[in-house]
Amino acid sequence: MTLIKTLMAGTAMAMALAGAAAAEVKVGMITTLSGGGAGLGIDVRDGFMLAVEMSGRDDLEVVIEDDQRKPDIAVQLADKMVQSEKVDVLTGIIWSNLAMAVVPSVTAQGKFYLSPNAGPSALAGRGCHENYFNVAWQNDSLHEGGGAYANEAGYTNSFILAPNYPAGQDALTGYKRTYEGDLAGEIYTKLGQTDYAAEIAQIRASGADSVYFFLPGGMGISFLKQYADSGVDIPVIGPAFSFDQGILQAVGDAALGVRNTSQWSKDLDNAANVAFVAAFQEKYDRLPSLYASQGYDTANLLISAMEMADVSDPDAFRAALKAANFDSTRGEFTFGPNNHPIHTIYVREVIKEGDVLTNKIVGPALVAHSDVYSVDCKM
Amino acid sequence: MDLILLAEQILNGLQFGIMLFLMAAGLTLIFGVMGLINLAHGSLYMIGAFCAAAVAGWTGSFTLGLIAALAGAAAAGALIELVVIRRLYDKDHLDQVLATFALILIASEGTRWVFGSFPLFLDIPEALSGPVMLPGGIQYPLYRLALIGAGLGVAAGLFLLIARTRIGIQIRAGENDREMIAALGVDIDRLYTFVFALGAALAGLAGALVGAIQSVQVGMGEPVLILAFVVIVIGGIGSIKGALVGALLVGLTDTLGKIALPGLFGLFLDPAQATQVGSALASMAIYVLMAMVLIWRPTGLYGVRA
Repeated sequence: MTLIKTLMAGTAMAMALAGAAAAEVKVGMITTLSGGGAGLGIDVRDGFMLAVEMSGRDDLEVVIEDDQRKPDIAVQLADKMVQSEKVDVLTGIIWSNLAMAVVPSVTAQGKFYLSPNAGPSALAGRGCHENYFNVAWQNDSLHEGGGAYANEAGYTNSFILAPNYPAGQDALTGYKRTYEGDLAGEIYTKLGQTDYAAEIAQIRASGADSVYFFLPGGMGISFLKQYADSGVDIPVIGPAFSFDQGILQAVGDAALGVRNTSQWSKDLDNAANVAFVAAFQEKYDRLPSLYASQGYDTANLLISAMEMADVSDPDAFRAALKAANFDSTRGEFTFGPNNHPIHTIYVREVIKEGDVLTNKIVGPALVAHSDVYSVDCKM
Repeated sequence: MDLILLAEQILNGLQFGIMLFLMAAGLTLIFGVMGLINLAHGSLYMIGAFCAAAVAGWTGSFTLGLIAALAGAAAAGALIELVVIRRLYDKDHLDQVLATFALILIASEGTRWVFGSFPLFLDIPEALSGPVMLPGGIQYPLYRLALIGAGLGVAAGLFLLIARTRIGIQIRAGENDREMIAALGVDIDRLYTFVFALGAALAGLAGALVGAIQSVQVGMGEPVLILAFVVIVIGGIGSIKGALVGALLVGLTDTLGKIALPGLFGLFLDPAQATQVGSALASMAIYVLMAMVLIWRPTGLYGVRA
């Protein structure tokens, strides 16, 4: 009798323990919070934490660490989060080279990784993994939208430029995949370059009818300011990264009227987005960027999976993530066979609302778009 | 490549070189006179740009912004010299590198703390915006021409200061023998603070001038700092003339290399490959230049000390 009682008590305690562990999901966020690229990481973090706060859940714990945009530090942080913090889910990485260093090892250790930004092609094709979900986009997507828009706008002779690093090469590859016209020139610039006078002189001499550029962050600010001042009036197209809310004010009026491609815009008319934009402005007193929307979507995807399944049951939790049963700020959102989004890429135009530069939707460039790498993905 | 494009690229190279000179002049003065390796010079460039952007945004005047950049960077330089650098003169170079590297981190995070993580806006003044038509049909941004003019003006002023004034004599004497001029009754501490603040002000001016056509953001100084070191190694450490010649060489090599090399490889490679190989080599061009100069003259073009 006592034996049975002890056993029952023991089982009850074990169940209680299991229950406590199940109720709590621990998330490790590794993102860039210092140095030149900090604006992006801060927006992802703020969007993510806003969604967590709005859900009102107290069984979701988030540990946030700064990777300083350095792959070695990101790897150390990931090891620490997996081994000593015992997180269930990792997220937060902004840069593709850091994602390549961290994602394969954490997914191999059975953790889930939800990408709020980087989508390198290597992780979408042969390197895909059932525990890796990309909530933002595959790297080529916005550029494929750019090429599609250039066709629609009737451009037949584009000059294209991007920094000489993997995401830059992905960008021009993406643009050329959908763009049907000729190339007036193709330049790879140095990563982190700040003076584009030499490139602008080549654009001026090239006789192009359009310029497509992928220069994220400060590089795009420099390019656009110098381009506007150079007197070259060939129309410019770019991905949203150079026309994002965080840097538009620094670009100034040079950006006005530029068409750019994005999976999200603050004026997308769906209930989830309206609520997000209002809540973000209320809490942080600034307009959200696309990075913030991606952080917010990532957290909401996670919360939707927590409502359907228990993280201690990986198969059920994975299925719940894959269902993508949440209201995305970009409207329609489903996962393709390689766990990358199928979504619409929009064309936006930079406008001025009062004193504030921001974007408005012009129309869709690619509807229900998925990436080309999914055929190589064997899961 | 047609002549107009080439002429435009040469102007671009000159403008880039002149801005590098403003950075390198301060660096080489500080290294030559005080024997100090100052990695934090790039931070002073950043401080200048942030002061200019903040004041120009607040008052709407670019001129006031420039004055603020000069004053802010000089003040920051003097403060750094008095509080930190002063203790490093008789330490070896490794200690100086360590301490000034710490200063970079402090300045970057301090700037982020004050101004936030997002880039600031600093625009070209209305009177200097837009392109002008030069003789020969070259269309060129007026602001970049103004940068070349301003840089040459500062260079001329520096030469006069070093060659013709009492303080210039002291600086040159300090380069040669610092114990001796101290023994002759020159207040060496004050001289050092002045030289450091002067170098800082030049870096701040460069940051503000360049900030108007680039982005004003945390970490903007470090890439320029590396180039400035290349310039003073080519020109010879401690030589203002060397800094000017080195800066122009680096500016022209970098700009013309970016144009010529991809074109050269395009003769026998397909275009996509040629641009990739060519741009990779173009970013190495200035280091190749540096290596060649050092083989030819190990102390740099105008250097006297090994």
